[in-house]
Amino acid sequence: MKRGAGAMAGVVLLSAGAACASGSSDSSSGGSEETTLTIYAGSSLTSTFTELGKKFEASHEGVTVTFSFGGSADLVAQIQQGAPVDVFASADTANMDKAVADDLVEDDPVDFASNTLQIAVPPDNPAGVSSLQDLAKPGTTLVVCAPEVPCGAAAQTVEESSGVTIEPVSEEQAVTDVLTKVESGQADAGLVYVTDVRSAGDRVKGVAFPESSEAVNSYPIAVLSASENGDMAQEFLDLVTGTEGQTALAAAGFAKP
Amino acid sequence: MAGRPGSVGLPGWVFVPAAVGALFVVLPLAAIVTRVEWSNFFGLITSDSSVAALLLSLRTSATSTLLCVIFGVPMAMVLARASFRGQQLLRSLVLLPLVLPPVVGGIALLYTFGRRGLLGETIDVLGLQIAFSTTAVILAQTFVAMPFLVVSLEGALRTSGQRYEAVAATLGARPTTVFRRVTLPLVLPGLAAGAVLSFARSLGEFGATITFAGSLQGVTRTLPLEIYLQREVDPDAAVALSLVLVLVAVVVIGLARGGRGA
Amino acid sequence: MAFEFTATVGSRGMDLTLGIGDQEVVAILGPNGAGKSTVLSVIAGLMRPDTGNASLDGRVLFDVGRSGTPHAWVPAHARGVALLAQEPLLFPHLTALDNVAFGPRSVGRSRSESRALAGRWLAEVDATQYADRKPSQLSGGQAQRIAVARALATDPQLLLLDEPLAALDVAVAPAVRQMLRRVLANRPVIIVTHDVLDALLLADRVIVVDQGHVVEEGSTTQVLARPRSAFAARIAGLNMVRGTFDGHGVRSSGGLHIEGLAEEPIRHGERAVAVFRPSAVSVYRQPPGGSPRNAIDVTITDLEPHGDQVRVRTADLSADVTAAAVADLDLVPESPVVFTVKASEVAIYCS
Repeated sequence: MKRGAGAMAGVVLLSAGAACASGSSDSSSGGSEETTLTIYAGSSLTSTFTELGKKFEASHEGVTVTFSFGGSADLVAQIQQGAPVDVFASADTANMDKAVADDLVEDDPVDFASNTLQIAVPPDNPAGVSSLQDLAKPGTTLVVCAPEVPCGAAAQTVEESSGVTIEPVSEEQAVTDVLTKVESGQADAGLVYVTDVRSAGDRVKGVAFPESSEAVNSYPIAVLSASENGDMAQEFLDLVTGTEGQTALAAAGFAKP
Repeated sequence: MAGRPGSVGLPGWVFVPAAVGALFVVLPLAAIVTRVEWSNFFGLITSDSSVAALLLSLRTSATSTLLCVIFGVPMAMVLARASFRGQQLLRSLVLLPLVLPPVVGGIALLYTFGRRGLLGETIDVLGLQIAFSTTAVILAQTFVAMPFLVVSLEGALRTSGQRYEAVAATLGARPTTVFRRVTLPLVLPGLAAGAVLSFARSLGEFGATITFAGSLQGVTRTLPLEIYLQREVDPDAAVALSLVLVLVAVVVIGLARGGRGA
Repeated sequence: MAFEFTATVGSRGMDLTLGIGDQEVVAILGPNGAGKSTVLSVIAGLMRPDTGNASLDGRVLFDVGRSGTPHAWVPAHARGVALLAQEPLLFPHLTALDNVAFGPRSVGRSRSESRALAGRWLAEVDATQYADRKPSQLSGGQAQRIAVARALATDPQLLLLDEPLAALDVAVAPAVRQMLRRVLANRPVIIVTHDVLDALLLADRVIVVDQGHVVEEGSTTQVLARPRSAFAARIAGLNMVRGTFDGHGVRSSGGLHIEGLAEEPIRHGERAVAVFRPSAVSVYRQPPGGSPRNAIDVTITDLEPHGDQVRVRTADLSADVTAAAVADLDLVPESPVVFTVKASEVAIYCS
């Protein structure tokens, strides 16, 4: 019994020590050459930005780019609570406006892309969905984002402007959740972004619908005033709004800002 | 005060880490209370979505606790009293939901009960609709909460031993009668403790619910899901609802302990 | 025989056969670890023997063949055998009355009927005033009375008592023993005990068990007056030397020779025991002359008060002498002395 307790205590102390050690090594980033750029971006930007991040690291020696992808509202909340972030790219203007209102942004945000909705269905399209109106057919299991989330707000706008009443069985927290449910066949259809359909590849089929142009989400990006690497951050911003960034975004399905 | 037994075996320094531990749990709760916007607190918690979420949470948690008892008691009995090959393995598997991240649990449930899951076709044939229904919420909660009941009860059963059951048998009581009149009454405290734990776990369940059941007001959006959603738009509402959840949990635990202490 | 039983349990080293009559109270006597409780567990159906069978009033209780798989096995609750353990084991969540009513209730009698029956049995064991108490509010003696009532309320065809008075106060035990004497009359009972008083006062017949085997059997007075086993001799307070009969006395394997009077015809070379009371033994410092034919060299192990005399104990034999004699002879542990006993005081019989 005693030996076991001693061993347990040893393990706890060791892991605490390891945690402390790793924590401190992060903050004391050695010499002047080492810079870490922290970027918060909406989850729909995951693949594109990761790619751009690698390009940035390659062209800027001694710079490490770390990302945190998530729901834009979550990210704004964290920034408001003081998370150390250099760049923020939001999936809609509403959340960026929150950051601007709190004086967290250095200069005016710049729109760098836009996204429209598309209907996602499982590859075999079991409910035979081919238009927005088909979503309202009884018996179709439809999943959308909750109105409080950017893609959900867009879905609501589309619904209102087209006059089609859709009754989803679930209002998900994030676009990825909607996509998962469609991919697994749980849902017959889901309203997601064009970029999500693109990135899901073979796992879903996309059904475009004309009414989608009624709700276009603009994606703004900005350097945060609390950033300690303002110049470097601006350079990343320039990469995103420049040719390289725009090509990458277009390839992923984003439309021009 | 005079004549009270002194505490032996309780060295003074123990109070220090104990106090730190207590603070660690109490301070965050206090932080929530201080953040509450009391001016519109009542309006926030009585909104349609809040009330719907609370009632749904209470209904589903109560149902899943009942299911945990109905299936958990026999499981605990078998694990504590029977002996067969593979019993250790079964025990480990039954306790797995305790260590599994809830989202993983949700995914597993999806692949079992989902439309394209293991039992998907059977469920379809039976005419049942599980996906995106309140049933799914209850299933998710039962999945994560059952081990709590099984563990508490198995411990209680092992401690109480089988001497009274042996006596009851020699007095002419059949096994079912022994279970009903001797075993159950004697482990009732352990069972109650396990049920309270299960209820509390069900109440706070989030990951498995959102992955498996989805989120729709009044159907599947339990209080934790509602709080998470409100964080997107109205942090004040989120804080207010969090306080409600804390209060409900405190009341439940208080009732259970009070009932037993009496 | 109303009850016949034979069983072996390898792991406990038990192998015995016994039978009791319709209204007989049989005591199983033996040292601790002799396997007495094992017998009761097997009879009650709480333990499965390796081989054996038993029947009660013609009903087969169990029949386990050599292969180990039972041909017949009646579960504990259907045997009509009630077991009372050393600890009363009253159900903590029921009152005394409900405890006693438990048996009748469990077999389907109505609550009022069971309670009435319980009330009657509580009166039988002089415990009516405790009817509404919970077990935690009862003393050991009270709880044991109620446990007896609980067992009897099931109207068992065979009652088993496992050291019923062992956990009781010396002051309380006699009253409980008297009560048992009264309620045990006219039903088949097996009492396991290591107390000779239980055997004397409660039992008609005694079976002595040692190391899982029956070593002696007979009526209580017979066994205690003429013990044939070391344990019986010990609890009867008698000295015993085992060996073979050589015409005059018993020669033990250790070379000891005790002369005495044969109680029955014994052949030369037959196994026999020589038994004599400690009060018939005289203690000398030197071997005396004179008529005593038996003079045994022993070393004192200890001295203990025995009534108004002192019992001088050695490794195998004891002698009772007056305290004055102890002082005169300066008897202390480890003193070498000589025990003498007249051959006329030694009884020899077959073992």
